[in-house]
Order: sequence, then structure tokens, then C-alpha cells
Amino acid sequence: MSLTIQIPTPLRRFTGERGEVQVEGATVGEALRRLVDQHAALQPHLYTEDGKLRSFVNLFLNDEDVRYLKQENTPVQEGDTLSIIPSIAGGGLR
Amino acid sequence: MTLVHDLENAVLPALTPQEIRRYSRHLIMPEVGTAGQQALKAAKVLMVGTGGLGSPLGMYLAAAGVGTLGLVEFDTVDESNLHRQLLYSASDVGRPKIQAAMERLNEVNPHVELVPHQVRLDSSNALDIAKDYDLVVDGTDNFPTRYLVNDTCVLLGKPNVYGSIFRFEGQVSVFWAEKGPCYRCLFPEPPPPGLVPSCAEGGVLGVLPGIIGSLQANEVIKLILGRGEPAIGRLLLFDALRLKFRELKLRKNPECPVCGEHPTVTSLIDYEQFCGLGQEEDLGPEIDIDPIEVKRLLDSGTKLTILDVRNPPEFEIGTIEGATLIPLPELQDRLGELDSRETIIVHCHHGPRSTRAVGLLRKFGFTKAKNLKGGIDQWSVDVDPSVPRY
Repeated sequence: MSLTIQIPTPLRRFTGERGEVQVEGATVGEALRRLVDQHAALQPHLYTEDGKLRSFVNLFLNDEDVRYLKQENTPVQEGDTLSIIPSIAGGGLR
Repeated sequence: MTLVHDLENAVLPALTPQEIRRYSRHLIMPEVGTAGQQALKAAKVLMVGTGGLGSPLGMYLAAAGVGTLGLVEFDTVDESNLHRQLLYSASDVGRPKIQAAMERLNEVNPHVELVPHQVRLDSSNALDIAKDYDLVVDGTDNFPTRYLVNDTCVLLGKPNVYGSIFRFEGQVSVFWAEKGPCYRCLFPEPPPPGLVPSCAEGGVLGVLPGIIGSLQANEVIKLILGRGEPAIGRLLLFDALRLKFRELKLRKNPECPVCGEHPTVTSLIDYEQFCGLGQEEDLGPEIDIDPIEVKRLLDSGTKLTILDVRNPPEFEIGTIEGATLIPLPELQDRLGELDSRETIIVHCHHGPRSTRAVGLLRKFGFTKAKNLKGGIDQWSVDVDPSVPRY
């Protein structure tokens, strides 16, 4: 399956400033690993040293949080969009 | 009081003839009408932060006739605020923001009661400040205060109108634990310090808080009027570069530590600690070196490596002569470009990133790494004024 991964602004420096990356994969986890294969610098930002997805990384398949689907085992359909949603704190007190 | 939803039967403050003239474009709309405008007049809204998001929020909420507007702010106006914080003018630089904001908002609408809270919101004061308001608007700029605002709202049962920005990307939602998910349901844990840059490090498009803050103001007004579909259980994402809005579904996490079925957070906690701040490894005072000392060493011919860990656009603004640029996020992968036998003077803009860089370098055996105290900003003050300050 071919799907689009949406890269949030704070992580675009690791994808050559690309906001969208096309990858192949049958599940969310597989697609993410393909992404990291293509852009190795993303690895420490998405995965812990023992290879687990970092707990503050939010993933949405289309508009659904994968935590309420089958996490990394969630199957993907051709043309799906996987979004990495960052915690951003900026507002502007200063 | 709580938000009024039965406007027909509620006892609401009357509008004066002057107010009727002022709000006429609201009053003639069926979605607002006289009862809606009275509900706005009765409403008490607490704004946390009067910066980038707080500027449009404050001005639109005041203009719309929100009766009581509480402002939480402890900072002073800095020149670098002016490209986005429209509450402030050039003549306000150096003044307490809350004072300048009160004056400006009073000009916008003298019918609004403004309540200043000139404090840094923390676990000791948040519940006491927020309890008198109907809802809270989060216009803060850091993770600890965002978790604090969230937990305060959950514990008090109040809606939290959330907005956040970074560079050219924004997020908006309404977190209201009684009716949907809270901030922690979406973000159970903060990212470790240093992974996500702040606006001070990463920058922000000046117009972006104008857009996101205005969307927050719209949600506040809808909640007060009890009209439309508030962004409860929805996260709106905005990408200013591509002019794209997207919407994600948010769910209430039954295991949420603050709003879940078995909450473990039942009072406010230490949010700095929760976000991993203030517990970075203490590298001791000997890691710092003053700009004047570095200048003296360079003049005496001592061989030093000057390592700049800022981002490339900052490097373009001004540099220390001979500096090597390796942005902090790339440092660990590019250690091979450095010589561990040399004294490495690390700098960023004013210190936080270079301190983290020195910690990383020392961990990998660069024992002679030192932090340029006060960064290139202090270098400009003490050594080379031709380097522009920003």
C-alpha cells in the first residue's frame, strides 16, 4: 500500500524540509519504519533506543488516533494519510 | 457562575443604551441577539498570557463585550514581541505587558471589566485565580504551563480553549473534560526538554498567532453563546505555508491520569519537574566561560574551536569569526567533525542550547567543551558590537 506521511514542522529538518513523504507499507508501524529508512535522522525522534515508539509521538491515520485503532499494527489502505502530530507549546508570552 | 446555556430563562445583566449602540451588529444577528450579548456581558474569561495569541484574543473578546476579562501575565514588552503582539506599540518596550495590555484593552472597550493578575501562573496560585472564571483561554508558550492550565481546568470543571503555534503551524481545540477529552488525553507526556524548540529558538511567523488567537476567540464566544459546534473532541491543524486546515478526531482517554476513570492526578503537581525541567545534569559552574575571557584567549593565540549550535538562519544574522556551525539537533550525528583534544567553546543565542550541547559533548568524551556564557548575545555586548543582537 502506498500512503502519505505528513511531517510536522519541528521534524521537517530531518526530511530535507519535506512536509509529505510517500512510503509503502501494510501497517502504520511498517510505514513508519520505511520513513525512518529513508530519513535516518528521524530515528531518535520517533523511537527510543530499544526501538519502541516514543510515548509523546502522536500518530493519526486519516483523522483517527492510532491509539484507539490497533496502534502500530493498524492496517493501512491505499491512499491513506498518516500524520505525526507534535506537541507544540509556542504561544507568545515572550 | 457557570456558562449559561438556557439564555431564554437566565437572569442576565441588562444592556445600557450605549452598549446597545456599540453591539448593534451583534444584536441584530439571530445567533447572538440581546440575550446572547447579555450572556457575553455576564461572562468571565481568564486569558493566560497576553502575548502573540493573547493579543488578538484580548482585543476581540474585549471588543465583543465579554463582561469580565482576567489577564495573567508577568513579562515585560520586548522589541522582539512587536512583530506579532499587536497589543503593544514601540513606545511600550520595557513596560510590564499587563499594564500596557490593560490600557490598550480599556481603549478597545471601556465597558469591559479588566482584572490583572501580574503573576507567573503556578501550582500555588492557579486554582485560586481560575476559580472565579467561566472559562480559561490558553495563550501560553511552554509545556509546564500548558499542563498546569489543563489540570487546573479539569479539576475545576472548566473549559480550556487551547491554541498553540510553531513557525507556520498552529493547533486549536477546546478541552473540556466534562464533555470530551482534555489536553493530557491527546498529549499524555511532554516531549523531553530540548527536543521541541520554543518560539524563541525556532521562530514564529508574525501573522500566525493572529490567526490562531482569533480562532480561539471564536471558540470562546461560541461557548458563551452556547451556539454552533465547539471544537470539543476535535483538533484543528493549520499550515500557513500551504494554507491548509485539517481536522483530527480526539477521544477521551479512559486511562487519562487527570480526567480518566481512575485519576491519579487529583491536585496540581510540580509541572516543571513533570516536563523534565530543572533536573538537567548539573555540569557545574566551571563549564561556563565569559566572552571577554574567550576574546583574551583568541588574542593571545590560543587555539580554540568556536562551535555555533544555532540554526542556519541565525548564523546568517551574525557570527563569531571562525565559528563552525553545527545546529544542536544535528550535533550527535556530526561529532566526527570535531576534535576531542581541542578546547571547544560552544555558543548559541544566549545559552540554553549550548548548555545542552556541552552536556552532550562531555558525555561523548569532549572533556574540554565549554559554554560561552550569555551566548552570541553577550558576545555582542561585551566583545563585538558589530554582531547584531536579535
